[in-house]
Amino acid sequence: MFSAPPFWQNGPAPGSFYDFPNMQPQVQPNDFRQHTQSPVTTSTSLVAVTYDKGIIIAGDLLASYGSLARYRNCPRIVKVNNNIILGSSGDYADFQYVQNFIEQKVISDECLDDGITLKPKSLYCWLTRILYNRRSKMDPLWNNFIVAGIQDGEPFLGTVDKQGTAYSDKIICTGYGAHIATPMLRDALDNKPQLTQAEARAQVERCMEVLYYRDARSFPKYQLGIIDADQGVSIEGPLQVAQNWSVAHSIKGY
Amino acid sequence: MSSIGTGYDLSASQFSPDGRVFQVEYAMKAVENSGTVIGLKGSDGIVLAAEKLILSKLHEPSTNQRIFNIDQHIGMAFSGLIADARQIVQIARREAAEYRQQYRLSIPLKYLNDRVSMYMHAYTLYSAIRPYGCSVILSGYENGEPVMYTIDPSGVSYGNLGCATGKAKQSAKTEIEKLKLSQMPCRELVKEAAKIIYLVHDELKDKNFELELSWVCKDSNGHHQRVPENVYQEAEKAAKQAMEADSESDNEDM
Repeated sequence: MFSAPPFWQNGPAPGSFYDFPNMQPQVQPNDFRQHTQSPVTTSTSLVAVTYDKGIIIAGDLLASYGSLARYRNCPRIVKVNNNIILGSSGDYADFQYVQNFIEQKVISDECLDDGITLKPKSLYCWLTRILYNRRSKMDPLWNNFIVAGIQDGEPFLGTVDKQGTAYSDKIICTGYGAHIATPMLRDALDNKPQLTQAEARAQVERCMEVLYYRDARSFPKYQLGIIDADQGVSIEGPLQVAQNWSVAHSIKGY
Repeated sequence: MSSIGTGYDLSASQFSPDGRVFQVEYAMKAVENSGTVIGLKGSDGIVLAAEKLILSKLHEPSTNQRIFNIDQHIGMAFSGLIADARQIVQIARREAAEYRQQYRLSIPLKYLNDRVSMYMHAYTLYSAIRPYGCSVILSGYENGEPVMYTIDPSGVSYGNLGCATGKAKQSAKTEIEKLKLSQMPCRELVKEAAKIIYLVHDELKDKNFELELSWVCKDSNGHHQRVPENVYQEAEKAAKQAMEADSESDNEDM
């Protein structure tokens, strides 16, 4: 006769949760952005030293893919204008991005036709802003830049890293070279504070040789950029490291 | 222009019954009120010359230039309203920069001409805006080939061997037609261009003017730039001599 109405119509099956009507699925935020956490195709050390009338900078032509010597003709010492050379170590794609940017900047400057050209200290400062801004977005450009130039007749050598940390010095080496080549060059400059161009070149060549022996990501083919107060900019290369492995057999114990 | 618009000239988006767009024709009038500009294509490059009328003695000599750089290899000269032209210059520079960013190549002048002329044409289509009050000459040097285009306020563009716009465009064109352009190198064309500008200058109506000369040719390394000081002086001297010789022979006739 009497039977109780169903306890809970359209209810959930025993043991499962109630299915609320008109319930939208939780919206996932879709504005997540992935940032560069590590470099991909990289280049290794740069070596730069100031001499009495200019600066010499050297870097090999290798772009590594991890530890693989992937691309073996990648110039990374470039002329920006008649008084600036730019060098880069670190991510090669990021370098190309910045290089294109600077190239357009130089052309736009030329278009203004006011006889004013980009100066090394200005480029150096501008790079700190770009790199610092990118690191503040947690998406750094993965490079160590070296700006070498002549401003007001004086050589200027400065570097900026991926955090935007910047300094200028008479000797600057990046990457593995910061550990291996800097002390060698400091030693040379302690012995003779004002090098000539030929002496500076010999020092840089020596550093490139030692780096080739010691740095597993290095390469014997390299470029040499010279900026001189009198002779202007020249980029030489590809040059070969004068390698000599005759003592290799005596190195043991690693 | 004989008739006045009679009500059909209030909008750039309205035809008159006989099929004309008066606003565009008025814009051409604005072009005819300004100093003459000519472009000459020679065997190895292009020379642009402008008659810059000096409106006040109180202006600095280099103000209100009539010839601009658009990109390394492209120049632009205009006649008409200077403020309008500056906007065209800006647009052209942006197009050139954008093309370089996308393709790593400098923009072919054909493309730049297409883009700038479409841009100017768009301003002849709507009632809310007015057409640009300037004609521009684009000059470029690509793979050893000189190229030149002119664009009118209507957005029509022409490829040219020689061209003239502004006040004395008719007499300038007649003078240009006398030259054997395709056989003349830029060095000679510069002088001819200066002569023509001096010749068509109307001393009675406009007292002072400044000659502007630029070229893009083999000698300038394919770059668009103002002609070097010595070339400029030589050209101006030749032009003044030609004028004197002219007036002397006139006197003899009398």
